[in-house]
This record gives sequence, structure tokens and C-alpha cells, in this order.
Amino acid sequence: MSKKHKVGVFICHCGKNIGGYINIAQLVEMVKTIPDVVISTDQKYMCSDQGQAEIKKALQEGLIDRVVVASCSPTMHEKTFRKCVSEEDFNPYLYQQVDIRENCSWVTKDIQEATYKAYELIKAGVSRVKTLEPLWSTEYPVTPTTLVIGGGIAGIIAATDILEAGFKVVLVEREDQLGGWARRIGKGFPHLTPIKDFLKEKIEVLQSHSGLKTYLSSEVVGLEGFPGNFKATIKQADDTTVEEEIGSIIVATGFKPFDARRKPEFAYGESTQVITTVEMEELLEKGELSTNGQPKEVAFIQCVGSRDKSIGNEYCSRTCCMVVAKQALLLKELIPDARVSVFYMDVRAFGKGYEEFFEKAQRSGVIYIRGNPSEVYKSGDKMLIRYEDTLLGRPQELAADLVVLSVGMEPAEGAAELINTLRATADKDGFFLEAHPKLGPLDTFSDGLFIAGCCQGPKDLPDTVAQAHGAAARATVYFHQDKVIKEPVVATIDADVCSGCGLCESICSFDALHLDEKKKRMTVQEAVCKGCGACAATCPSGAISLKHFRPSQVLAWVEGFLS
Amino acid sequence: MDFLEKHELYACLQCGKCTGGCPVSLRAPLNIRSLMREVLMGGSPEVALDCPGLWDCTTCAICTLRCPRGLKPSEVIVGLRAELVEGGRVPKTIIDALEGTFKHGNPWGRARQKRIEWKGDTAVKTLSDEGEAEWLYFIGCAPSYDPRLQRIPRILCRILETAGIDFGSLGTKESCCGNEIRRMGETGLFEELREENTKNFNASGVKAILTTSPHCFNTFSTEYDLDGFKVLHYTQLLADLIKEGEITFSKEVNKKVVYHDPCFLGKQHEIFDPPREILKAIPGLELLEFDRCRERSLCCEGGGGRMWAEGAGEGERNSEVRVKDAHAMGAEIIATACPFCLLTLEDGAKTTGLEEEMPIREILELVAEAMGFDDV
Repeated sequence: MSKKHKVGVFICHCGKNIGGYINIAQLVEMVKTIPDVVISTDQKYMCSDQGQAEIKKALQEGLIDRVVVASCSPTMHEKTFRKCVSEEDFNPYLYQQVDIRENCSWVTKDIQEATYKAYELIKAGVSRVKTLEPLWSTEYPVTPTTLVIGGGIAGIIAATDILEAGFKVVLVEREDQLGGWARRIGKGFPHLTPIKDFLKEKIEVLQSHSGLKTYLSSEVVGLEGFPGNFKATIKQADDTTVEEEIGSIIVATGFKPFDARRKPEFAYGESTQVITTVEMEELLEKGELSTNGQPKEVAFIQCVGSRDKSIGNEYCSRTCCMVVAKQALLLKELIPDARVSVFYMDVRAFGKGYEEFFEKAQRSGVIYIRGNPSEVYKSGDKMLIRYEDTLLGRPQELAADLVVLSVGMEPAEGAAELINTLRATADKDGFFLEAHPKLGPLDTFSDGLFIAGCCQGPKDLPDTVAQAHGAAARATVYFHQDKVIKEPVVATIDADVCSGCGLCESICSFDALHLDEKKKRMTVQEAVCKGCGACAATCPSGAISLKHFRPSQVLAWVEGFLS
Repeated sequence: MDFLEKHELYACLQCGKCTGGCPVSLRAPLNIRSLMREVLMGGSPEVALDCPGLWDCTTCAICTLRCPRGLKPSEVIVGLRAELVEGGRVPKTIIDALEGTFKHGNPWGRARQKRIEWKGDTAVKTLSDEGEAEWLYFIGCAPSYDPRLQRIPRILCRILETAGIDFGSLGTKESCCGNEIRRMGETGLFEELREENTKNFNASGVKAILTTSPHCFNTFSTEYDLDGFKVLHYTQLLADLIKEGEITFSKEVNKKVVYHDPCFLGKQHEIFDPPREILKAIPGLELLEFDRCRERSLCCEGGGGRMWAEGAGEGERNSEVRVKDAHAMGAEIIATACPFCLLTLEDGAKTTGLEEEMPIREILELVAEAMGFDDV
């Protein structure tokens, strides 16, 4: 290092999180001994206004030209401090965060050991920060159109919001009409309002907008580009494909009901006296059940295809408890002298007004039996259900005229292929994985790609509609800004060294590297590059390096530990 | 790891699917769901050892196969029985079966040299003393000694010979497979049997094992460590031989036959189709199905040591239900592919007075009839 740097180190107590497990006063003194450190100081909370002000003051006074904050994990506050130093016209890539909380104070019992470990981590960070170079973000223009995949209730709501905000929507629906599963629902719980009316109105509002382009009987089969500037390939009913330029994407492809044939012990498909809640919904809607006052004995079985490791679905499908409460209640109204039973493990009535609705169903005369039935078989003209009433501790049989299997939700047909096409990620059950279960429920790990409704996991109408509104807002953030900002941590190629072998192109998950046919050298499409570094690690000649993580910068880090 | 952790009792949802589907829970004082709760709350298996229904469990494993949390209630029963065996608190008939196996290699305590009595004048080479073979045919204890069952291995040998299969048996060296022994709670004895049989398998020079009984098949394929060996139940091999045209039929069996799925073949290994393919291939035979077939097949109550323990159950036996159902649907024969099922169903036919109307047959017996083997 020819130029001598002036490094400021700011150590955070994070209240007791760090301060309770590390001797901060001692640490501040130890850090002062690290070469080129000109400021070593501490604050109760560095992320507070007071903490940030101290960093700014040091920059304003020209005391330092490199900044290190020793606090939490960079995923928590790196952005905060980069923004803080930027406000003083200081390049944010000359800032280094050192994690002494998750990596140190939270996991080290002995206070002396923790203090020394924190010192070592800071020493490495200081060594690295001195090798960093200023980097600048790039701005790209935006196509203010959102591709909405799936024309069910989530897609309809999201598309309408985006259109109302003044942007355009390309809506792709696999079926020959809009509406999805909401078309098949009769009355909704807990207020028993007709869903079809609500849906019809929503579709009319959607279709009244001029910025909407709808592709029915069509599927998205390809996607390239980067946030703000994607190109989607859509396959139409006649097998022809069209391309659409779009700026963001919302996936709202919904679910498919569990195939009850995968639980052969329930005899679904073998007897017409065993149906699913999907079929029951249609029967109730058509009113066909009551024509001759039949059936007299109806039993619902909950959790068919949900909360069941034996078929690989551990999750709760969240809607079935209320669907059954509703269907049982309506059935009781339709055939008052029918005996209606519901076999359950737990009743999950978590939504607003749901518990009250569940009680209403019980009070209407529906018998809730706590037990998970094991088997259904024919006996004369009845279907016998083998179960144990676990509250009475009594194994029993119930003879029913009609058995209704309360089927759960599974990822929609083709979800895996679509996840692949969009370069999204599947969760362990095959649904679209959200970027963060709490803090990024509508985002994915692919920038510009958002999710709403049951494609992310089972949920009811209120949650689906709420997500759709949220996804519409998320998907149009770039549009309001009129630009996308691309961070500068991307791969860069030394054309003098590159031999154009193409190994990097094959390893890149984002299709960011291509051969320049003329020059016979690889080139990076910076807007697409995610800065993962896979190419740099693969390049046999060392021609590729990742900005901000160049070999010299990484080695300085390691040397900092070892010095 | 203590009993509660080993059997994952903390993870039990108490949903009742195990007890609900248990084939004996309606007639025996055995509620596995509440038993697991008792053990969890009591903190040790001791609190459950006085349960009078512990010997009623047939280890059909329906509770384990269907548990939504992936627990193994049938193994909890085996674990509780192991505690009883440890403390010597076991019915006399079970003690006799265990002692017989320990001393003579079979739970009936019959002499080892009589193990080849079933052969009659069937020529089967003993491996590896009388040469080598491609297949090792493991006869099993019941077919070796029980006079009702002894013709079944004879038939299979004749079929294999006709199809040109190169096979042999272990002769008097064959010992109990241990499937039932483990389920009676005698883990130590099971391990000894496993070691001895594995040693003999290795010495025999074969790479493929064929069994008469689904019970032997089960333990060899899931509880032995027979890497490199192919293990088949005879119905699997036979169905293939028929498909390949290696077996042909010369006579018609003009009967309505209903097939009873053995638990250790059907539910536990999903071998539902090969037995049916064999029956369907027999000329003239009309195959009927119970409503409770395949995954829902009703256990005959012959497994899990029940051949040596009456159990505390009362009322109609499952085998009686099975015989009556078959009779009601107009079946003329119940066919099965398990020595224990055959014996228990025959008992059911006797006690329901349907012995004449409802004969019980091993699939092999029907195959022999169709192949014209009158003298086996």
C-alpha cells in the first residue's frame, strides 16, 4: 500500500447485545494499536442518529478516508451505513462492516475470548478496507409494464392496482377465461357472501382499463433481461409465441387441490359416496344435494393431503377448516335433519371472524369429532369410517351416506417448470419461495420478480387479496422512480488475460456472460450480473475478478486475521 | 437415548389415526394412541406394561404407515414387549416359541433335522454342500414343519424346476428368519438369527434369495443388511416367469377367487399386483376383490407373534369377517400368498362353519392345479 490510509473504527454496543458480552472499553484501546487506525471509538447504538452523526463528523473534518463499523451482520445494517457515508459525499464502497454480534458476542461465552475475537475481526476488516476502491452504481431506464402471470383473484387484483396507478399490464392466463379458483367457490366464509358477484365486478373493473393486454389459454415459457428491462416469451393457444417487453413480474399462479387418490385408504375414486370439498362446493352451489332429502349422514374428514408426512405434505393448508365449517353449515341448512360430522385434529380458525363462524357451525348442530380417521370402506349401502374419538378414547365406526374429504392445497400444475423459467426458487414443498418469511413475503430472490397468493403457499381469500395489493405496490416501485439502480459489485474481465474459453458462461446462473465473437473474449452484461462470483472462481486463467471482492481485497482480509 | 426419545413420543399429535386404523382396536383392549400418551406422561415404558392388549398387536404396521407425523406406533409395541421379555413377564406360549427358536431354530421347537421333512421326494440341492446355484430358496419355519403347508414349498420347487431356474436351499442349516421373534420383543435372539442366516447366505455363494413367506421377505429386505443380495417374494418371480412365458398352464381352474393381501407383502411393501397377475393368468379363474383390498386389506391377525399368543381380544375375529365377506360376495375360494394368512383364514372358515363352502388356498396351490401337478 503506497498511500497511507486514515481508518476510522466505530464500535457498537448494540445495547447489551454486544456490550454485555464484550469488554468494549478494552476493545477500543486494542483497536487503537492497529496500524493506520486514527479513530477508535464506541457508541451505545451506532445505527442511531447520534452514532451516525459521529461518523459524519469525522468525515466532515477530514480525519479519515476509510470507515469501519463493528456491529451487527452486514445483512442488517450495511445499507444503513453506506447511506450514512454517502450523505457526506463519501464513496459507500470505501466502507467496511465488521460483524461482532452474530459472529462473535452472541456465540462466545467467555468475555475475554469474545473481546479478543472481536479485535481480530476488526483487525481483518481494517486490513481489507484499506484495499477497497471507489465504485459507482449504474442507472438504467425502465419499461413501465408489469407481466402478471395467472388470472385468478390475485392476478386480477394486482393487475387492476397497477393499471389504476397509470402503468401497463400484460396478463397471461392458462385457462380460456379469467377467475381461477374463485370461479368455483360458491359462498365465502365467514360472511357467506357470494364470491361470484365479487369476482364478476373485479373482472369488469380490470377489463375497463386500456393499458391491459390479456393473453388467455397462454403460458410464459421464457424470460431474459434484468429488472426494469425484461423480455418475456409467451406461448399462445395455437402454439405460436410472442415476446413482450416488461419491467417487472408478478407470479399469481395459485394452487391445485390435493389428489385424494394418493390416500387410497379413503376409497376416493372407488365409490361415488366419497367426494372432495371441491366437488361438495359445486353440489352445494347447484343445490343438487337436497332433491330427495338426501344424504342423511354426512361426514367430513379434515387434513386430507395436509399435515401428513406419510404423503410428504407437512404443512397446514390453512383454508380447509373454514371451508368445511361453511359447507357443513350450509348442508345443515339444506337438509336440517341430516347428521353432519366433522373429523378433525385441530380446528384452525385464525382469521377475523373465523372463530365466531366455527362456533356458529357447531351451534347449527354440526358434530365435531376429534380424531383423524384411518380408513373408509363399503358396508351395504353405507361407507364405514374407522376412527378413534380421541376425546372419549374410543375406537369406533361411523356409517355415512356421504364422505367428504377436505383436500388441501399443493403447488399448481407446472409450478416447477415456471420456477425454472423465471429463475425463481422453490420451497421444500414446491411453492415459490419468498425472499424472507417475515420481511420479504412478496419478494423473491430474483430482483423484479414478485409473488402473490397461493403460488407462495396455501392461503385464504383475504390473505390472497392483501398480498395481491402488496405485490402490485412492490412491482411498480421502479416505475415510480423511472429508473433502476444497479449496484456496482459485478464481475469484470481482463481482456488481456481472457482466452474466451466460455467456462464462465456455463457456470453463470443468470446468463450474464457471453462471448464477443469478434474479439474472441468474454463480456459481462453488468445489468444482469448479480455479483455472485461463480465465474471468477471458475475462470482457469484468473481473467475474471469480482469488483469489491478482487483477489487482493480478499487476501488482505485473510492477511489481517493472520497478522 | 431413552424410550420416549427413541420412539419420538414427544412428536405425537394424539390424532388417533393409529388407533382408528388398528385392525384389533375394536375387539381388543389395545389403544396404541392412549398407550403412547401414558408412556409420555409417565416418563417411562413401565406405566404401559400392564396393558392387557400388548400381545394383541399383529404388527401389521398400518399405524406406522399412516402416521401423519412419521412416528412408528407398532415399534412402540415391539419396544414395550422387549421390556416385558427383559423382565420375564411374558405369556407361556411366547416363552415356548422363543425357547424353541433358541434351541432348534424354529418357534415350534421342532427338531432341526426334521426341517427338511417337507421335501418328501422332491429333489432340492443343499447349498453349498451339494453344489452352487443362482437362487437360494428360503423355505421358512411354518412351511417346513406344518403339515398343512408342507406341499407349498414342494409346489414352488416343481414350478422353479419347470421354468429352468437354478436354485437350492439351506437344508437343515436354515434357521428362523427372526421376523416374528423381533416382533415378540426378543431383540437379542433376532440379532443372533440374523447373524447366523447372513453367514449361511454368504457361504451359499448365491446373490439372490427367494422366500415363501412375506414375513421372511420383510425382515430380509428391511431388517437384515444384505447388501448385494436380491431378495424376492415368490409372487414377484412367478409373475415375471409367467410374463416371460416360462410357465404355461394346461388346465382351467373355473372358480371365482378372491385374493386376500397379506400385510407384510401388500401394505408394507406395496406388492399388490404380482399376486393378482398370477391369479389372472390362470385359465378359467375369475378374480374378485374385497372392498377392503390392497392398502385397506383387513389384517388376518396372524402376524407379530400372534401365531403364538391368543391375545385378549373378544368377539368376531378378522379372519371370520374375511371369510364371511368372501362368502357374501359369491367367492368360491380365498387365495392368499402367506403361510400365516392361510392358517388364520382356515381357522376363520372353521369357526364360521364355512369350511366346506369357502376353501382357503395358497396362490401356489392354484398354480399347481392349473399346471396339472396332481401329485404334489
